[in-house]
Amino acid sequence: MTDKKISFKIKRQDKPGSPSYWQNFQVPFKPFANIISCLMEIQKNPTTQAGKTVNPVTWDCNCLEEVCGSCTMVINGKVRQACTALVDNLEQPIALEPMSKFPVVRDLQVNRSRMFENLKKVKAWIEIDGSHDIGEGATMPDSDRAKRYVMSECMTCGCCLEACPQFTLNNSFMGAATFNQVRLFNLHPTGSMNKEERLDAVMGEGGITDCGNAQVCVEVCPKNIPLTESIADIGRQTSWQLIKNLLIK
Amino acid sequence: MMNRKKKIVIIGGGLAGLALAMKFCERNGEVTVVSYQSLKRSHSVCAQGGINAAIDAKNEGDTPEKHFYDTIKGGDFLAHQPLVRDMCFQAPAIIHLMDRMGVAFNRTGEGHLDFRRFGGTLFNRTAFAGATTGQQLVYALDEQVRRNIHDGNATALEWHEYLGAVLDSDGICRGAVIHDLKTDEIYTLPADAVVLATGGPGQVYGRSTNSVVNTGAAATTAYLQGAKYANGEFIQIHPTAIPGQDKLRLMSESARGEGGRVWVPRKANDNREPKKIPESDRFYFLEEKYPLFKNLVPRDVASREIYDIVYNQKMGVSGDPMVYLDLTHKSREFLDNRLGGIMDIYTKFTGVDPREQPMKIFPAVHYSMGGLWTDYGPDQHGLIDHGSPRNQMTSITGLFAAGEADYQYHGANRLGANSLLSCIYTGLMMARGIMNYTDSLEKSVDDIPSTVFDDARNHWKTRFKEIKKMKGHENPYQLHQELGEVMLANVLIVRDNESLEKATQAINDIEDRFKDVECVDTSDWANPSPSFINQLFCMIHLSKIITKGALLRDEFRGSHYKPDFDLKQPKDFDPHEYIDYLEQKQYGEISENKFPEGHLEYMKRFEENNVKWLKTTVAQFKDNKPDITYEEVNTSLITPRPRKYD
Repeated sequence: MTDKKISFKIKRQDKPGSPSYWQNFQVPFKPFANIISCLMEIQKNPTTQAGKTVNPVTWDCNCLEEVCGSCTMVINGKVRQACTALVDNLEQPIALEPMSKFPVVRDLQVNRSRMFENLKKVKAWIEIDGSHDIGEGATMPDSDRAKRYVMSECMTCGCCLEACPQFTLNNSFMGAATFNQVRLFNLHPTGSMNKEERLDAVMGEGGITDCGNAQVCVEVCPKNIPLTESIADIGRQTSWQLIKNLLIK
Repeated sequence: MMNRKKKIVIIGGGLAGLALAMKFCERNGEVTVVSYQSLKRSHSVCAQGGINAAIDAKNEGDTPEKHFYDTIKGGDFLAHQPLVRDMCFQAPAIIHLMDRMGVAFNRTGEGHLDFRRFGGTLFNRTAFAGATTGQQLVYALDEQVRRNIHDGNATALEWHEYLGAVLDSDGICRGAVIHDLKTDEIYTLPADAVVLATGGPGQVYGRSTNSVVNTGAAATTAYLQGAKYANGEFIQIHPTAIPGQDKLRLMSESARGEGGRVWVPRKANDNREPKKIPESDRFYFLEEKYPLFKNLVPRDVASREIYDIVYNQKMGVSGDPMVYLDLTHKSREFLDNRLGGIMDIYTKFTGVDPREQPMKIFPAVHYSMGGLWTDYGPDQHGLIDHGSPRNQMTSITGLFAAGEADYQYHGANRLGANSLLSCIYTGLMMARGIMNYTDSLEKSVDDIPSTVFDDARNHWKTRFKEIKKMKGHENPYQLHQELGEVMLANVLIVRDNESLEKATQAINDIEDRFKDVECVDTSDWANPSPSFINQLFCMIHLSKIITKGALLRDEFRGSHYKPDFDLKQPKDFDPHEYIDYLEQKQYGEISENKFPEGHLEYMKRFEENNVKWLKTTVAQFKDNKPDITYEEVNTSLITPRPRKYD
């Protein structure tokens, strides 16, 4: 079985704005191969199936165990992490494409800085007084911790946004990942002290009311974060906030 | 005193770099964090099991002093003791701080922090957030740094690579040379101090538990620029990882901390399904051999035992280099709550559910105890002066190192759940010293002639131009794989001088072949190949440091196991005998018959060996190779003694 091969067709793009094109590659079969190990093989022998030597395919990756979120791409039409995409479970030729909702940097690499900017907009952090030693943190029931933990596993990978029909390359919709962060921090005893600021941030343009409730975000989340619950919860929180704002302001 | 904010450049966005960034901003400094990729994606996210602090939440009588002792003993006495002591005493405050920042640590019924067992200790000392503690800690620090970026105190340069330090005519570091990984631009960042928080060098071994960015290139560049590199030969092999093509994925020590048991069938090549093999036919080799610590012996011990079972006893599962790590006796709910992250990883990468079937695991390269040589400032009691500019400074003035990139905290073997601690501790601790360092300088970076920066930039521009012109026959990625294979075959768990000589020769061959590398991509936008070739160059030099250190060190200490130099501790030896022996020696006479047969001779061997080898290895770049010397280790607080875990 030494000549068994794995076939790929890969959508490539040399730089932002330049036209994309497809190239086919074949790499030697190895047991338990995943997309990353195959891309590494292409680096070692950057030759297309047609025998043309080309620049190796570029892609982002780091941890290779689905905790860093880096290697997200569209594999056979489905957005997911390349490291956990085992070749044995995929139909060939395996099609690799960059995510379509973020600007392409090169080949399979995209620029997801919009997601990180959104974290700033909603102040996705706890406003601690300082990092000096001022004793223990707030106690909280383990059940609340467990709820927060699931949400805090979000690795800013962008799967939910790639799948979301509301989120496009050019609009300002924040999307499920960001709303989930608002819920995460509003649920923390100290974080809740700045709850209103976070809610105000998702009540404007691109905020929670733009969610079309397609519910695909939750289906593609690799960490099984209950994103639709988070969206519903933030919907409720913002409704109260709206009423409060009307009464006070 | 300067009339502007003090500015530092931190290379690396992992726990150490982020902790320092946060603290330095708090002290009204100006921070630039340079990261190879987006913040939030550093290798620290891979840490799973937890972070140690002797808070004694379970009323077992744990104290920071005991944490200190376990850490020193776990490291086979090779770590500088005042620093380790300070780290262990700061640990409870660090955990409370991380908790205040919102880390979703598992909690007790009353809502306090919960703790679990880890290797090398008998106490429940490890705080944890499921089995993704590293990820959760990175996120919390990342959030605080993002808050500072939002408030204008810090800048993040993501998708930028550190190429080298800018050194002035006095050899003082005045900034960093940076490479924009998208535009390919190379430029300098002047700074009052530069900090390398760049993690470990697992990629030198090709496949390890490390992430793709962990090439050790930044630390090696510092070495090539004259900085000392210490204890390079001490590479931790983690006992439990999933074998894989691209990576060896870690299965956290917390699996054993939560009751996981390591075993093989008693009969070699027993091909029955593991769950069909009755208790009596299973060999729980760690439990039998180490009745006190059982499955939670330190990592160096467990890895050696697994290696022995597989290669010497030929008892690996189905004849393969693997043993079982079994959690199937625990409930699904328990496992999901406390180990969910690693349960998922195992399932996703092997297709087998570890809640139903025992996992098949094997040791893998995991962590470097060694790293850039760094200093510390003692106070008048011989402990740590937190304001000392010497803290965490490399042998290049103005260039600092923190986290896995330095060498000071884990001796010859790191205890599980101490790495997250040492990363955050160093990051927080060093901030004051750097502030004081900048005050102590006669000349500020503002007074340094611009030619110093021009020269540094031009040096690296030329270097990258030359790399792009490389048109040889060797594929750099292929060559990297071969380097890794050499290291895995010869510089791993069990070491002997013949293999190490062989590795030295093989590395030299690879270095020769490096000259014939082809730059497989010469484009000027988002092109990773030239950077990788430069990193490969660094990895070749780093592999020489590791291999030469291992070759010269003719002893068995912690992770560095050379059977030819094993002092052969008698089975019934009690480490307290050694303290007795030292006391008796102090009073003049040693009564031969006071100790069981063979013990006195062993203790004499141990003492002699320490005189020679209880020393820090220091490598310096000379004539294109590491020149190795040795330095005293500060053992002022705990008397070094033989380790024992059974």
